[in-house]
Amino acid sequence: APAMADRLGLGRAALPEEIAAWDGDVRPDGTGLPVGSGDAIIGEEIFATQCAACHGDFAEGIDNWPKLAGGIDTLYHDDPLKTVGSYWPYLSTAFDYIKRSMPYGNAGTLSDDETYALLAYILYSNDLIDDDFVLSNETFFDVEMPNADGFIIDDRAETEYAQWRGEPCMENCKPEPVSVTMRAMVLDVTPQEEAEAPAEGTIV
Amino acid sequence: MAEHDNKPDGTSRRAFLRGAAAVSAGALSATAARSQTPDPLITEVQEWAQGFGDGVDETPYGLPIAHERDVIRRNVEWLTADTVSSINFTPIHALDGTITPQGCAFERHHSGAIDLKKEDYRLMINGLVDTPLVFTYGDLERFPRENHVYFCECAANTGMEWAGAQLNGAQFTHGMIHNMEYTGVPLRMLLEEAGLDTAGDLKDKWVFVEGADASSNGRSIPMEKALDDCLIAFKANGEALRKEHGYPVRLVVPGWEGNMWVKWIRRIEVMDGPVESREETSKYTDTLADGISRKWTWAMDAKSVVTSPSPQSPITHGKGPLVISGLAWSGNGAITRVDVSKDGGMSWQTARLAKPGEKMALTRFYLDTEWDGSEMLLQSRAMDDTGYVQPTKAQLREVRGLNSIYHNNCIQTWLVRANGETENVEVS
Repeated sequence: APAMADRLGLGRAALPEEIAAWDGDVRPDGTGLPVGSGDAIIGEEIFATQCAACHGDFAEGIDNWPKLAGGIDTLYHDDPLKTVGSYWPYLSTAFDYIKRSMPYGNAGTLSDDETYALLAYILYSNDLIDDDFVLSNETFFDVEMPNADGFIIDDRAETEYAQWRGEPCMENCKPEPVSVTMRAMVLDVTPQEEAEAPAEGTIV
Repeated sequence: MAEHDNKPDGTSRRAFLRGAAAVSAGALSATAARSQTPDPLITEVQEWAQGFGDGVDETPYGLPIAHERDVIRRNVEWLTADTVSSINFTPIHALDGTITPQGCAFERHHSGAIDLKKEDYRLMINGLVDTPLVFTYGDLERFPRENHVYFCECAANTGMEWAGAQLNGAQFTHGMIHNMEYTGVPLRMLLEEAGLDTAGDLKDKWVFVEGADASSNGRSIPMEKALDDCLIAFKANGEALRKEHGYPVRLVVPGWEGNMWVKWIRRIEVMDGPVESREETSKYTDTLADGISRKWTWAMDAKSVVTSPSPQSPITHGKGPLVISGLAWSGNGAITRVDVSKDGGMSWQTARLAKPGEKMALTRFYLDTEWDGSEMLLQSRAMDDTGYVQPTKAQLREVRGLNSIYHNNCIQTWLVRANGETENVEVS
């Protein structure tokens, strides 16, 4: 550890109420998970009024809005569908994110029980729980996330950096002739004065 | 040289190309040809040489002159569901040097650009610290300050180009980036103020950082980086941060993906592990061809792009002297060299760096050349001080496939046509 500098005495001690108000993060091991519960039946009602306008009645997504359900076993496909069910490794993330940042435009308004219920509905929509399953801080880890083992830590140092170092080619680097294989102008989706035909979204 | 479809296609000319061509037909190209008749801009007294310009009370805080009105951020409507969790693009095709003017520096929000007054600003440090603290904005200004220039590149910059050549302009393909001189307090100093004895061995500790906005944008950062060069910044390019860039305080994470540069930062928690928040599980993870995804791909690898000529910055002056200009950068160190190819990567010439590369900052390069009017397939290839050479898109795809969305630092190709118009293409 680096040597600690002299403290300047700036700032003031944070009060427990202040920390409680802002520190809402939930960790994969359940740290930070509040006491509470909810099931998919209650969750469906909340979802219908608070979420379905963007995410669809069945969490399947509307237009370009994120799909929360489906896509299991598609991650190695050409066009993978990444949802809470198919992609997210931890249920803690979903609780944390919904509670803090959803509904979009009215964030931070859901109670703990409402959050559990919504999460249960999303899990049900992904066929990951039955409709009588009560999700709570105690049953939280009974749910298996299909892609929990789907992540590796950044391995570029081994798989990429090792092979892309060194003096690069300067002359006769590829066989002649070099040919154009793809042109953005053919696709023609760059913004212009008039709106162009939309294509599929890639960033959310 | 190049063997490809050279016929004019059916697509309409870009409005900005029309604009550029119109300019070139007039004044800009007049210098190239020998004048047969006296130039009235010289022989006749112009109004600006006769009357008054604006007084000094006209513009307390100025915007660029109206003739530069095209040098603006642009967004691509179809990329996102709405404009509040969305991206826009820096007009890098029209800029030079390395410092990005704040007013046209790209924005990326997840729940919009919020208005947070200095008076209302609070920064909390909690978790495994000796004393959890609350700072006001005024407190932060009383810490010793540092100044550093760094690039902030969105992890998704060039992400739309994974599957092919898609957007026609350097602004759209490479413009999720800005480069500013930041003034702020090392994050290390704030953590030391709260005290890290409680945290014990710092090697396996993390900080979780989040913003004051509804999205929060929480991210986990290993303690080693937090204590190294992260900056709690409140000034950029000499003045307060712009609202859309995190006013009054943002996190600067040199060399690492822009998502981690948490804006409107309100809380830093010292933890014994990562949170695995939404922005580091669902997003900012990079799916490989076999369906396995990389997480914690923090560093932005060495990258470059020719900004001119480029699709929005065509050659309008005809044959002869040509400045090929571009940007290079690396999140792993300083740029040491940039090579430029005019023939799609068959042969390369080493370009001139305007200044020696600085660590984790944009570097400007030039290749001063002579254009004979023939087609070119322009590429640039950056090298950094780790010896890393910017790869081709084919090399990246071979390792990663097509679905990783983020971290596309491939070599870009521009096709410059005989008439000077320039296109985004891929080559064999």
